[in-house]
Amino acid sequence: MEIITKNKSGINSIPCRQVFTDSLLQLAQADPGIMVVTSDARGSVTLNKFADTLPEQFVEVGIAEQNAVGIGAGLAAMGKKVFVCGPACFYSTRSLEQVKVDVAYSQYPVKIIGVSGGVSYGALGSSHHSLHDIAAMRTFPGMSVFLPSDNVQTLWLTQMLVNYDQPAYVRMGRGAVPLIYHNQKAVFQIGKANTLKEGDDICLIGTGETVYHCLQAALILEKDGIQALVLDMHTLKPFDTDAVIKAAKLTGAILTAEEHSIFGGLGAAVAETIAQHHPVPMKISGIPDENAIHGSSAEIYNHYGLTAESLAASAKILIKRKTR
Amino acid sequence: MQKNKIENLNTKSENIRKRILQIIFAAKAGHTGGSLSSVDILTALYFEVMKTDPSNPDWKERDRFIMSKGHSVEALYCVLSAAGYFEDAILETYGNFNSPLAGHPTRKIPGIELNSGALGHGLSVGTGMALAAKRDASLVRVFVLMGDGEQGEGSIYEAAMAAAHYKLSNLTAIIDRNQLQISGNTEDVMAINSIYQRWESLGWHVTECDGHNLYALCNQLSNMSQIPDKPHLLIAHTIKGKGVSFMENNVKWHHGVPNDQQFKDALKEIDQRLSLTI
Repeated sequence: MEIITKNKSGINSIPCRQVFTDSLLQLAQADPGIMVVTSDARGSVTLNKFADTLPEQFVEVGIAEQNAVGIGAGLAAMGKKVFVCGPACFYSTRSLEQVKVDVAYSQYPVKIIGVSGGVSYGALGSSHHSLHDIAAMRTFPGMSVFLPSDNVQTLWLTQMLVNYDQPAYVRMGRGAVPLIYHNQKAVFQIGKANTLKEGDDICLIGTGETVYHCLQAALILEKDGIQALVLDMHTLKPFDTDAVIKAAKLTGAILTAEEHSIFGGLGAAVAETIAQHHPVPMKISGIPDENAIHGSSAEIYNHYGLTAESLAASAKILIKRKTR
Repeated sequence: MQKNKIENLNTKSENIRKRILQIIFAAKAGHTGGSLSSVDILTALYFEVMKTDPSNPDWKERDRFIMSKGHSVEALYCVLSAAGYFEDAILETYGNFNSPLAGHPTRKIPGIELNSGALGHGLSVGTGMALAAKRDASLVRVFVLMGDGEQGEGSIYEAAMAAAHYKLSNLTAIIDRNQLQISGNTEDVMAINSIYQRWESLGWHVTECDGHNLYALCNQLSNMSQIPDKPHLLIAHTIKGKGVSFMENNVKWHHGVPNDQQFKDALKEIDQRLSLTI
């Protein structure tokens, strides 16, 4: 598939959500069964071109997220391949009961695409943050949860989701993110974490936008002679417990980084795994139990210790706790 | 419609009433009142109005039904079984540990299209089904049964707006208007007195009938889709606990379970009516 994932200078200015909608449009032109539902969010999802090009495969429901998910389930019940798209904050809260009952419990393979997730809308306040969505979504039986980390992975994920016969929640950010994957080989296998860097002193695990920061932190640590294993946990559910146990055994310390509450997200999934299989010192970096401070996404990352420098510093402290 | 056909439907409905009471009595649990108020509506749909094939429940061209008032599931189970979707013996498991028959509808059971139980969901899903059928130029019709207490759920009105916006004349909603919800009279709990005007102002084609008159139900529900460009609402005026005198219009039978004597008395009443019709 020909999708532009970076501009000519190599610096990415295209957000994941646009890679998603551009690729979905191409896929939908070849497959009339694909349908998109949105709730007055065609601008924020970047769906204008899709809506104009394929009006018969596009459903606008107005500002009504509960109805969007219910309609999505109804379309899926009739055999459509449904993508319900809008801001992650609303779809993971306002319409959570519809996701739980009409989609997950009823097992209709609707894909809930939450854009501008986490603290993408940093300055807009907690009403517009989704820092609970991984926790909420991963407890529903039969629900898959994905956080792609860059454009290449988003492209692969979109292609895979079209014929994925299960309900899924996908969270993407708002802004353009640095590219992690520069070729299109093996960037996405459901439920299998990607090893981005080998190392045996500590394991850094990220998901979505924090993956890049983990990778950068590993480069800082390398300068100090610390070899960090870096995992991209793009699938939060089904969760790759094998990769986590293996990493715990190999490195003896795990640092997780997520744009999510420190409760119930990536760190919790890792802790649930190692506590039961191979306990090692770990730290969960994320948003603490407070309404996140207002600011840009970068400012919030900096404030809560999610930048490469902060993660590297946390890693060094954690390594000291390792039992020798 | 032929007179004997209506008589047959009435007999079927009375026998299903007995079966509902039997499974609730055996399980010592169930939503008796609402099941008895909706059984005639379900009988009309499954034995006359809807295009279905119980031997092939996944038939693509079938009409769809959603039990949005999922708590009246005993009526749905008994109607589906009587229609041939599953064996009557399975009804005996209702209330047992790990029975396939949960206390609210699930898709484990052939013929059930949506796991329901949380109120206010069915009309959105039905709207999605009807929209898919319309976009595919399919003749599939969609029916959604809601409760009157359920009208308090705001999500219903999101769905109602969308169904009118997309002119879904293949969608019919039915309100089982029995005037009672778990805490008492609907007008005391949260007044909804103007359902007719409310839905008409949302752009729906609205009609009313006696929800226990099988001729009226069949006639109205079969002819809805002849009215173009609007979704349809049938306000079916019903009696909670209908068919068992001491249960009728009494809120304690919302999920009341009969004791031994009440169970015998209830079946006797129904049997007496059945003996008169034969």
